[in-house]
Amino acid sequence: MNVSVEFIMTGLFVFALAGFLGFETIRRVPRLLHTPLMALTNALSAISLVGSIVVLGGQYTAYTTILGFVAVIASMINVVGGFLITDKMLRMFKPREKPKKPEPAEAEVAS
Amino acid sequence: MSEFLPLATSFFPDPSTETGLYILISLLYLAGALGFILSLKWMSDAKTARKGIFAGEIGFVLAIIGTLLLPVITTTGYIYIAVAMLIGAAIGVPLGLLVPMTAMPQRIALSHAFGALAAGLVGIAKFYDATPDIGWFVMAVLGIEIVLGALVFTGSLMAAGKLQEVKWLAQRPIVFPLQKTLNFAILAVAVAGVIILAADPSQMWAIPVIIAAGLAFGVMLIIPIGGADMPTVIALLNAYAGIAAALLGFVLENNLLIVAGALDGMSGLILSIIMCRAMNRSFRNVLFGAFGATEQAVGDQEIGSIRSASFDEAGDLLKMARLVVIVPGYGMAVAQAQHKVRELADTLEKEGVEVKYAIHPVAGRMPGHMNVLLAEANVPYEQLLDMEDINPEFPQVDVVLVLGANDVVNPAARHDQSSPIYGMPILDVDKAATVMVVKRSMRPGFAGVENELFFNEKTLMVFGDAKDVMGELITEVSGNRDSINV
Repeated sequence: MNVSVEFIMTGLFVFALAGFLGFETIRRVPRLLHTPLMALTNALSAISLVGSIVVLGGQYTAYTTILGFVAVIASMINVVGGFLITDKMLRMFKPREKPKKPEPAEAEVAS
Repeated sequence: MSEFLPLATSFFPDPSTETGLYILISLLYLAGALGFILSLKWMSDAKTARKGIFAGEIGFVLAIIGTLLLPVITTTGYIYIAVAMLIGAAIGVPLGLLVPMTAMPQRIALSHAFGALAAGLVGIAKFYDATPDIGWFVMAVLGIEIVLGALVFTGSLMAAGKLQEVKWLAQRPIVFPLQKTLNFAILAVAVAGVIILAADPSQMWAIPVIIAAGLAFGVMLIIPIGGADMPTVIALLNAYAGIAAALLGFVLENNLLIVAGALDGMSGLILSIIMCRAMNRSFRNVLFGAFGATEQAVGDQEIGSIRSASFDEAGDLLKMARLVVIVPGYGMAVAQAQHKVRELADTLEKEGVEVKYAIHPVAGRMPGHMNVLLAEANVPYEQLLDMEDINPEFPQVDVVLVLGANDVVNPAARHDQSSPIYGMPILDVDKAATVMVVKRSMRPGFAGVENELFFNEKTLMVFGDAKDVMGELITEVSGNRDSINV
C-alpha cells in the first residue's frame, strides 16, 4: 500500500479547505445548539463506515474481516444512533408559540 | 488516470479499465461531502437545523451507495456487510431513540468511543493487510491514527462511565505523585513505537505496543478529571476522533473521510476552545491532558453569615418582581428539576413577571447541556440567553434564582487572585437586586472554594432539593394570587 504523492498533496488541499470551511461554518452555530452539533458531527465522522465496508467486503484475510465486521457495526451504531438522537433533540427546540404577555407594546412589534 | 482523479485509487485493481464507474463513485462522494457541509451550515439556526439532518442523511446514503459500488467488494463481502450493518442499526436505533435527555453527556461520550473504535480497527486492518509494503509517511500517519483511535476509545468509555456514575469508577478526580511523568512515559512509548514502524513497517510487534500505549493513555487522561472539567474533555475527545477519521482518509485515499474528519475535528476544536475560555484555562494545558490539577487553595478567608429564606418569603419576592432570571447548573440536571422550573416560570409569567434563563457556557457536563434539558422541558429557546447577552442586564434584574450552579456565579472569580477560579468569566448575578440560591447544603463547589456569593447581604439561601423547592415555590406563587392583585 503506497499512497501516491499526488494523493497526499490533494488530500492536504482537501483537508485544509474543509477545515477552513468547517471553522467558518461551525463558528456560527449558536451555543444553544452545541449539544446537537456534537451529536451531528459524531454521526458525520462515522463516515469511517466507508473504510470499514471496504475492509470487511474486500475480505483480505480472516483477521481483517473480523476487524472490519466490528468496525462496520461500531460505525453503523453511530450513523443510525447519531442522526436519530440529533433529530430527537432538535425537535425539542421550539420557539415561543405566541406572545404570552398581554403587554401591547410587544404585540405591536410582533405584527 | 489516477494522477487526475486520485480518489480511492487503492480500491481499484486497475482504474483505467473502469473509468466510468470511477467517476460515478467520485461524484457520489463529492455529493456526500456537500451534504455534510450543508448540514452543518443549517445547524447555525434552530429553525433550519432539522433540515440539516436531512442533508446529512442524504449525504450518508450517497456515500454508502458509492462505496458499495467499489469493484473490490466480493459477493460474500456483501453478505457480511449487510449482516454487520443490520446489527449496527439494531443497536443504533434504541441508542438514538430511547436514551433520556438527562443521560445525554454519557451518550455523546459513548458515541465518541464507537467512532474511535471503528477508525482504530480499520487502521489496524489496513496495516496487517499491507505490511511490510508501506511507505514511511503513510506508516507514520497510520500509526498516529491507531494511537488516537485507541486513546479516544478508552478515554471516551472512561468519561461515559464517570458521567453514568458507574460504581467501580471513582467519581472524584484521582491525582497521585509522578502522574504527569507516567503519562509522559506512556506517550513516549507510543511515539517511539510509531517512529520504529515508520522506519521499518515489518516490525509488527510494535503495533500491539502502540495500541496498548494508546489505550492506557486514554485511561490516564480521564483519571484526574472531575465533573466540572467534563465539558472540555468531551469536546477534546470529539476533536481527536475527528482527526483520527481524517488521518484514516489519507491512508485509504478517500477524500470524503478527510472532509468529514476535518469537519468533526474542527467542531471539537472550536467547542474545546470555547470551553477553555469559559473556564479560564489555557488551551495548550488542556491539549496535553493537564486537567483537574487545580491546587486546592482551601478558603480560609473570613466566612460571613448567611441568610436563609422560607418558601413563603421566597415566593413573595418572586411574585413581586418584574424580571426574574433563572441560572441553572448541574444541580438542576441531577435533581431532574427542569420540568418543575418551567412550571414555576409559567406560573410567574401568569403573574406578569418576565422570566429569562442565563446559561453559562460550562454549566453542566457538556457543551449546551442546560439548553437541551430546558428545551426538553419546552422552554422556548428565545428565553435561553448566553452569558454575554445576559450579563449587562443583571443590574435591572429583580430576582436571580440560582439553581444548582456554584462556581459560575462566584464573584471571587472577578477579584480574588488567590482563588483557583480567578479570571474565569462568570454570570454577574450579584449585580441583581436579590439573589436566591437553591442548594441542598452548604457544601462548596468542585474547586473546593467557598462561594462568597452565599454570604452577600443581597443573597437569600433556600435549602432543599431543587425539584422539591420548585414545587413549593409554585404553590406559594400561585396560591396567593388574589391577595396580591387587590
